[in-house]
Order: sequence, then C-alpha cells, then structure tokens
Amino acid sequence: MSILVSNLSKLYGDAKAVNNISFEVHSGEILGFLGPNGAGKTTTMRIITCYLSPNAGSVKVEGRDIQTESFEVRKLVGYLPEQNPLYLDMNVLEYLEYAAQLQGVTKLMIPRRMKEMVDVCGLGEMKHKDIGQLSKGYRQRVGLAAAMIHDPRVLILDEPTSGLDPNQIVEIRSLIRNLGKQKTVVLSTHILPEVQATCNRVIIISRGKIVADGPIEDLQRNLHGGEKIILEVEVPGGQSFEMVSVQVRSIPAIETISLVEERDGVKKLSVETSNATDIRKDLFQLCVQKGWGLLELHREKTSLEEIFRQLTAH
Amino acid sequence: MKFANIKYIFQKELRSFFNSPVAYIVIVVFLVILGWFFTSNLFIANISSMRTVFEMTPFLLLFFAPAVTMRLISEEKKSGTLELLITKPVREYEIITGKFLAAWALYFLTLMPTLVYYISISVIGKLDLGPVIGGYLGLMFVGAVFLAVSVFGSSITENQVVAFIVSFLIVFGLFMLDKVLFYLPSTLASTLEYISVDYHFSNIARGVIDSRDMIYYASSVGFSLFLGTVVLQKRRWS
Repeated sequence: MSILVSNLSKLYGDAKAVNNISFEVHSGEILGFLGPNGAGKTTTMRIITCYLSPNAGSVKVEGRDIQTESFEVRKLVGYLPEQNPLYLDMNVLEYLEYAAQLQGVTKLMIPRRMKEMVDVCGLGEMKHKDIGQLSKGYRQRVGLAAAMIHDPRVLILDEPTSGLDPNQIVEIRSLIRNLGKQKTVVLSTHILPEVQATCNRVIIISRGKIVADGPIEDLQRNLHGGEKIILEVEVPGGQSFEMVSVQVRSIPAIETISLVEERDGVKKLSVETSNATDIRKDLFQLCVQKGWGLLELHREKTSLEEIFRQLTAH
Repeated sequence: MKFANIKYIFQKELRSFFNSPVAYIVIVVFLVILGWFFTSNLFIANISSMRTVFEMTPFLLLFFAPAVTMRLISEEKKSGTLELLITKPVREYEIITGKFLAAWALYFLTLMPTLVYYISISVIGKLDLGPVIGGYLGLMFVGAVFLAVSVFGSSITENQVVAFIVSFLIVFGLFMLDKVLFYLPSTLASTLEYISVDYHFSNIARGVIDSRDMIYYASSVGFSLFLGTVVLQKRRWS
C-alpha cells in the first residue's frame, strides 16, 4: 500500500472542501483524480504532500503518517503543484540543483540526478536558459524534472498538462505513463481523455466526496445498464426508416431505435437495449435474412464524459 | 536543525539578489546618499571622524531593510513557490533563517565599500580604530534587527508593497522610540528606551560592548524570525 487515506476531512471556515473521504493507492499504480473545478482535488493533494493539515482523518504515505512523520513523507513524495510555480530568475540547472539540495540528495549524487532528469524530460537544449524564457511546455517539464529529482517513490501531480498544446500533452502523458511503471503516481485533472490515456484507475470526486472509484472499464460497465449498438445497413428497394425499424424491432430486448444518418439507401441506426444482452448476432442474422448489406455493426461504450456527468451532476 | 538547508536557501537568495537589478539599485542609492552626507560633513566639520557614517546608516536602513527584504517571502507566496518549498523536507525556521542571513550578507556587502572612507581619513588625519570597529559592529547589529523585522513583514502578505509599508512602519517605530521618550512618564520611558534600537546602538558606537545590548539585539532578531516562522506554520490551518 503506497498511500492510505482514511476518513479525511478539511474545512475552509464552514465549507467542507473535503468531506470524509477514504481511498488507497497501490504501488505502481497511476491513479487519476477526476472532478469538476472546486471538487476538492487540490486540497486532498495538498494534504497528502503535507502543505495543509487535515481537520479530521489520517493519511499514510508508504506507511508513514503525514502529521507525525511529515518530514519522512516529504522525502518520499515528489510534488508538482497546480499552476507549476517556478523561480523564473533561475536557470534550469540552477533550479534543479536547488531542488535536489533541499530534497536531501547527497552531494555526490546531485550531478548524476540532474543529468538523468535533463535527459528524461528532454531539457538538453534548454538547460542553460532562464526558466522565465521558456515556453509553457518546457516549464512543465522543468517542474516535473524538479519533482522527480530525488527519485521519489510517490509522485503527486496537480493538473500536469493544463495549459499545454496538444503535442506537448501527448509527450507529458507518455512521460507519466513511463514513470508509472516504477512509481506510484497520483494525478489530478478535469480533462477526461487524460484519465483514459494515462491512468489505470480513476477516482471521481464531487463536492468533497468520492462518487466513484475503480478501473475505467469497471465504471463503464457498472454505470450503464443497457447497451448501445450502432448499425449501418444498405437497404435495397428504398424502404423508409419506419419500415426498417419495425423489422429490427422483431428482435427482443430492444428499447429504442433512432436514425443517426441517412444517405442514398444507406441508413445508420442507433439501437439501445434494456439490458446487457448482446444482440449483435441477432442483428447480423436479420440482415442476412432480409438481404441488407451490412456496412457497420459495433457496440458503443459509455464514454467517461457520460459517467462523469451522471456522477457529478448537481 | 539542518545547517545545510539554511546554507542552500542562503546561497539561492543571495544569488537571486544579484540576478535582479534590485540589489544593485539599492546598493548604489545607499552609497550615493551616504557618500554625499559623508563628504559634505567631513569638510565642514573638518574633524577626522566617521561619525556621519554611523549616524546616517541607521536612518538609511529604515528604507534599505524593507526594500531588500520585501520580496523574500511575499513573492514566494504570490507565485506559489512557497508551496514547493514547504512540501520539501525543509523546516519553516530554516527557510526564514536562510533568507534573513542572505539579506544580512547583502547589507554587509553594501557596507564594505564605506571602508574607503576609513582608509582615506586615516591617510589625511589620525583616526581612532576602536570606535570605528565598534561603530561597524553596531551597524551590523542594528541592520540585523531591522532586516529580521522586515523578513517578518514580508511573511505576512503576498503583496510586496504591503510588505514594504508594514516593515517600514515597524522599523520606523523602533527607530523613533527613544526620540519621543521625552514626552513620556519616566517609568514607561525606561522600558521603551530598552526596546529602542538607537539607544543600544549609541552604546556600541561609543565602543562599549555591553552584554545587555547584545542580549537586546539577539533577542529581537530571534523574536522577529520566530514570528515569521509562526506565520509560515499557520498556513497549514488556513
């Protein structure tokens, strides 16, 4: 168990930013922390990294308590705060050295760690530039490099890809995926594809409470009762949508049929079932029977967007 | 207590003083004003003495101390780098102490060029070394108090201008205390006299190194830095 959060609460005045949440993160897991803005993601991360103290509950990182052994925890954790704050007047190498010194990396190891981080994060050409002159993508890499300079076992990244362009996002994501092979990574985001692209587990948090926790596939399966199937057929003889739909309805368990698209004899239908039975075989048989040309037949997964909206809608 | 952490923070802060134009501007302004007073007084009074340096510096420090320290912590609060610093295995007092020492070192470097006055006076006339050493020691102590108070001033806000004004007001209060004693009842006056920075400075500037003055300087620096540390620790409960 890498991180163990139990019954954690944090108050800002009377408002409960985090309300009695519990979860655990295993070693080698990439956990996505997902929620609308203001849901309590940053607050939770700030508590885990010992920046804020909780009002109730406890957090253990690698078996060490954040309140009684805060110093040990801070040595084990690498943290990239929201907005990626940096000293803009320092150059990249100076900054990495400073971060390494304060993290307690031994003098002998510092040059080696700095070189490794420059390589891993692709900072080679920029290492002598002032951070203030770097583009946002490079700054993000500097932030990540500094967070990992002491080879921490746990990495906490608060919105690591915010403000980056699509190419940079892809790069940072693959960097995080690679890191996740050896480390425990917790990253927060409100961008849904990010979680699908990088994490093996997701926790959805809304108004300070956990509303879902599990692998993405499980969430998709659990939340959607029936299935949605897309069927594209070429119907000869100019039959109308109504005529086709009546024939499709002969298959049991179908709830609704709607027309997605229609162009010269080709019809794209969206078929929803009331339960999880797989009707793709029946649809295929039907097409063969009626002599329709089957162009496309696939099952649509409930998207994370939909899960997210269902869970966090107020 | 890890001296290594204090050292790293000290080095970083001292370097960033000289990475920005602030240090150069403040040093130049300080030396120009001091030099002007020094040379004009020297020839009017026609006495081989460095009194002007020792009398003017505490006054200039009223502006110097808040100016060089105002960004030390408030800037880190504003840009969010304080969060980075605090989530590293570093204690709050190490942060405060390192930053204070960097400001004090900058002040020391600012005072160094005024030794030119000592050299030039001792060439033309006879200058007693004792009071000069006492005077410089005193200036370092007064500077320590003003800078420590200003570091505290910087810790309470994320706005540099507010930090400057708050620090200036406190420092000015400490400086003016023994100038208004005249108007106060005598029982209160002796206590306030003890708090006044200038009162202790005048002892040392005369060449008298008294343990009471030393205790005063050490305790007021310590107390200011302690307050700054408390302010940083309080954030956990915000």
